Amino acid sequence: MSAVFVRLWNAVILAFTAIAGAKVRTVLTVLGILIGVAAVVIVTALGTGVQERITAQIKSLGSNVIYIFPQANQSSGARGVRGAGRLTEADGKAILREAISVGSIVPSLQAQAQLVLGDKNVATIVVGTVRGYLEVRGFTIAAGSNFTETDERVKAKVCLLGNTVKQNLFGHEDPVGQIVRIGRYPFRVVGLLAIKGQTPSGDDQDDRVVIPAGTFRSRVLPTAPGRVHLLMASATHARTVSRATAQIEAILRQRHHIGPERESDFGIRTQAEFLRTQEEILSTLRALLVGIALVSLGVGGIGVMNIMLVSVTERTREIGIRMAIGARQGDVRVQFLVEAVTLCFLGGVVGTLLGLGVIYGLSRALGWSMLLSPLALAVALATSFACGIFFGSWPAHRAAQLDPIDALRHE
Amino acid sequence: METPLIELEHVDKDYDAGPVVVRALVDVSLRIARGEFVAVVGTSGSGKSTLMNIVGCLDRPTHGHYRLDRVEVGRRSGDARALVRNRMIGFVFQGYNLLARSSALENVELPLVYRGVTRRERKQRAAGALREVGLENRQHHKPNQLSGGQQQRVAIARALVTAPPLLLADEPTGNLDTRTSFEVLSLLQRLNRDNGITIVLVTHEADIAACASRVITMRDGRILSDAESPARDAGQLLRDLVDGATFSDSA
Repeated sequence: MSAVFVRLWNAVILAFTAIAGAKVRTVLTVLGILIGVAAVVIVTALGTGVQERITAQIKSLGSNVIYIFPQANQSSGARGVRGAGRLTEADGKAILREAISVGSIVPSLQAQAQLVLGDKNVATIVVGTVRGYLEVRGFTIAAGSNFTETDERVKAKVCLLGNTVKQNLFGHEDPVGQIVRIGRYPFRVVGLLAIKGQTPSGDDQDDRVVIPAGTFRSRVLPTAPGRVHLLMASATHARTVSRATAQIEAILRQRHHIGPERESDFGIRTQAEFLRTQEEILSTLRALLVGIALVSLGVGGIGVMNIMLVSVTERTREIGIRMAIGARQGDVRVQFLVEAVTLCFLGGVVGTLLGLGVIYGLSRALGWSMLLSPLALAVALATSFACGIFFGSWPAHRAAQLDPIDALRHE
Repeated sequence: METPLIELEHVDKDYDAGPVVVRALVDVSLRIARGEFVAVVGTSGSGKSTLMNIVGCLDRPTHGHYRLDRVEVGRRSGDARALVRNRMIGFVFQGYNLLARSSALENVELPLVYRGVTRRERKQRAAGALREVGLENRQHHKPNQLSGGQQQRVAIARALVTAPPLLLADEPTGNLDTRTSFEVLSLLQRLNRDNGITIVLVTHEADIAACASRVITMRDGRILSDAESPARDAGQLLRDLVDGATFSDSA
């Protein structure tokens, strides 16, 4: 066994000697592999970075949120008119009571409105809802506090400001306790929402004002009592979202007396659907980039094979000498295989370093976090190793098949 | 007669050269005992190189038997013959055939590498072989830093390092001047005499062949003659040559 090890180790030393003896050629040879591996590394890290970013954005919409909205079916005439469907707070209460996979549910009414403070005035979205809205949508209070149950019951004119609205009206001033006008009515600012950023589709989630639903119906947009534009439910867990969706659908169809053949008069959308679409796009993109990287690796590998074939021809006499003094076919094969693998692996290591450098630069420039997982690193290096084996086999075979007499005669 | 080291029986070697078959060896039978110093002479195309390739296990006979140390090796596979070459035979070539990028010591180590000998033992034995050919001070020189005679001595050290019973020398003095040729021959004679190593030497020069104790003459793939002859001492020839040179210098 130790004799085998000695011969293998010797092949490694031999490979390094041969590579060190032709530096320029080595660099040119491994360039293809180097670029291929660097591309694989960058693409993988970029993919992971984009994925993390999308996941974070989707999380920012609220965890496990299910949107329920009125949707005119074929038989009802008032198609496409918001609020024309029959979705009420009572529906929400029934869902919360009966659907075991639903953790919480809040109503939502929305309207575009003017906010006025002194001589400043901005157009924004006013949301009428209940206190639980913040939790379901994943908002937190940055200053002040949420409105109270009493505020809801007495339809108090209180509001929570999103950060964008606050910036536009108050600048750096503290808005809590100040009075702003929404439409014709003065509202007291009781709280400031913490910054949440954009949705994956680019909407500014901080450009909004949140008020109690009752206040909304009487002061912002006259609406029948109990009627809502939207119900937002959150599932008890990410795994129970689809179960919760099914439960909601069954409960609402029953409450709305919709027969089995008829279409629902409401629609349901979940974050999961949104997530799936994003991931499909992402994986397609990634497959494309990985494909390009693999083509680059293949071209690089062919370059290595070409140089190895040249090397075998150049060193025919050396091979003959080695065979004459006792090298077996396996010895010669291993020698050239190890050389090819060493070349490719060297390219792989340098390519990985180059890729890491580019990732570092990109993540600093774009402000994204792009981390290369140890697995991806191992895959990149293993790929370059496999490249060496694959593209080195044929030249190594050619070398091993040489006839010692012909090889010795070779000039 | 004791069992010979080399035993060829009715060996033919044919080469397929397109439409015609070249008969390089025709019915060659030959026995060489241990400790002999044999010269094979003949013009080019006489079959002496083919004979050398077969005796050296580089090639296989088309017909006939070749036994080396009583073992039939003529039918062995490539790897088996590589093993025989490594264990039994040392090669010395006309063009030295050293690895240009490796030092003298590394060149001499090479056969031991393929035997799987550890690095430390390799260095030791290679240094010993270089000492035997008088190059202990040239261990780390590359071939291009050595003279032709020195390179050939490195090649001889490489052939000796495995302590093989048989040394095959194919025109070992072909690239050397007369004086260096006699130096190399003197070295071979000493190895033959002191170490008992069997030497088969191929040459086309009569005064080189004269240093062997037996001369086999080849022609057209057959053995033309095979005769014992009194071996001339290469060392003496060298001294004569030097004396002659001194003589003519002073004249």
